[in-house]
Amino acid sequence: MQPVIQINNLQKSYKGGFQALKDINLDIDRGEIFALLGPNGAGKTTLISIVCGIVNATEGSVTVAGHDIVRNYRETRSMIGLVPQELTTDAFETVWATVSFSRGLFGKAPDPAHIEKILKQLSLWDKKDSKIMTLSGGMKRRVLIAKALSHEPSILFLDEPTAGVDVELRKDMWNVVRGLQQSGVTIILTTHYIEEAEMMADRVGVIRKGEIILVEDKNTLMRKLGEKQLTIHLHEKLDKIPEKLSKHGLELSDNKEALVYTYDTAAGRTGITGLLADLNDAKIRFNDIETQERSLEDIFVNLVHEDEEDEDE
Amino acid sequence: MNARGILAIYRFEMARTGRTLMQSIVSPVLSTCLYFIVFGAAIGSRITEVDGVSYGSFIVPGLIMLSLLTQSVSNASFGIYFPRFSGTIYEILSAPVSYLEIVIGYAGAAATKSVILGTIILATAGFFVPLHVEHPFVMAGFLILTSITFSLLGFIIGIWADGFEKLQIVPLLVITPLTFLGGTFYSIDMLPPLWQKISLLNPVVYLVSGFRWSFYGAGDVPVIASFVMSLVFLGICLGLIAWIFRTGYRLKD
Repeated sequence: MQPVIQINNLQKSYKGGFQALKDINLDIDRGEIFALLGPNGAGKTTLISIVCGIVNATEGSVTVAGHDIVRNYRETRSMIGLVPQELTTDAFETVWATVSFSRGLFGKAPDPAHIEKILKQLSLWDKKDSKIMTLSGGMKRRVLIAKALSHEPSILFLDEPTAGVDVELRKDMWNVVRGLQQSGVTIILTTHYIEEAEMMADRVGVIRKGEIILVEDKNTLMRKLGEKQLTIHLHEKLDKIPEKLSKHGLELSDNKEALVYTYDTAAGRTGITGLLADLNDAKIRFNDIETQERSLEDIFVNLVHEDEEDEDE
Repeated sequence: MNARGILAIYRFEMARTGRTLMQSIVSPVLSTCLYFIVFGAAIGSRITEVDGVSYGSFIVPGLIMLSLLTQSVSNASFGIYFPRFSGTIYEILSAPVSYLEIVIGYAGAAATKSVILGTIILATAGFFVPLHVEHPFVMAGFLILTSITFSLLGFIIGIWADGFEKLQIVPLLVITPLTFLGGTFYSIDMLPPLWQKISLLNPVVYLVSGFRWSFYGAGDVPVIASFVMSLVFLGICLGLIAWIFRTGYRLKD
């Protein structure tokens, strides 16, 4: 199946020479939830802004459902809804007026029933006649989502949708997002909350300093997440891993004082019993044993960190 | 053509006028009334006729033009600047609307307000001085053409400005002086010969003169020159806007 969004060799340099995006290549599949992770200033918002038409790319191309975002901007933008990171709303308009405005702006005929449905889904119905300036931050965030959904987009960009939102509202939003996906909407979300990516995403991408450094299926990542590490602190240093232990796939720590064994908790047999027996046979004495779980956050932090180290070298 | 998109922007801007009625309509009308009282009734009663027209009636076209120019620029510049300032411009830029449609929405609403304002001032003037419009269609044509042109200028200023101060600079420091010196309160025939020639470099002279011609059949310059000058302005503004959108100046950079 052809990806719904294809980003090819995309580059963006701002005035002054700052290169926000460096040769980005990324495909987004139809109907998936894609989570784009990255530290502040990594280029997440720039990437989204280019696809949505807010920022001009310096090089490269983007197609949405086969349409070029520059030449066929009407087709591509009609398909896309955007929830920006900042709470950029009007102040004096009512909730109903601003959501209806968005629908009209995207060329759709008025449909009060649709607007009502969205406002009810987002628990905004009782605020429909309130001026936006009177709403709380969380409510304003919902208004932005309602505006993005007003024209029934088939692709939804959520740029940090739950930043500054309380836990209950965050869960409500996740439910809304899941409901949208079930109705066939493709969702691309950027987030700082790794938990959010774990909960929601089908695939995860990591961007750092304008480069995509990882794109992986969430389930594959979760399998990595299911891995645990057993660290065996040795009584005496080892120069190398003995031949007898080679079948266990051990790693020797940099200081030669520990052996690290990675195993899958989901597997029926972890191999720990056999390893300990082999250690005994090889007369390798140890002081302590500890186990560690890996989280997506660890993977993310390690990726970003490793990449920085590579660059320093 | 995304007609619904244009209509959404247009309605949004017109709704803003409704919310700021005092500032958008009442304030300029009040200012114009004060001009009529001071220059028309108090001082004007001691001034002889100009080009066969009482002074109070003579200044009506100039006063309408003064409000038209300043309000068109102010309304259109604020209309596009505020979304840039607040960040809500993201929605306009990510919508399936062409640059032309965006301009039609914003400048169209600003021009509509100016035409309404000009008509109200004209009606208000009728309470103070006797009015006679010799060429009503030409008058309406100049009213609409000038409103559109200066709304486009306002749109350009709203894109160019990077602060609220810059929004005010052009109306206060350029448009108002040029209008005062452009024959609003006098015929340039009343100036010394050298200043008459210098005044011809002031583009507003042509606008005020053409508009006055439509009222009284006489102006400082031939009406065709006024019409051509209006079109030249319009062309320059359209050219600048085309360049802004082609390059993304201050919008997408």
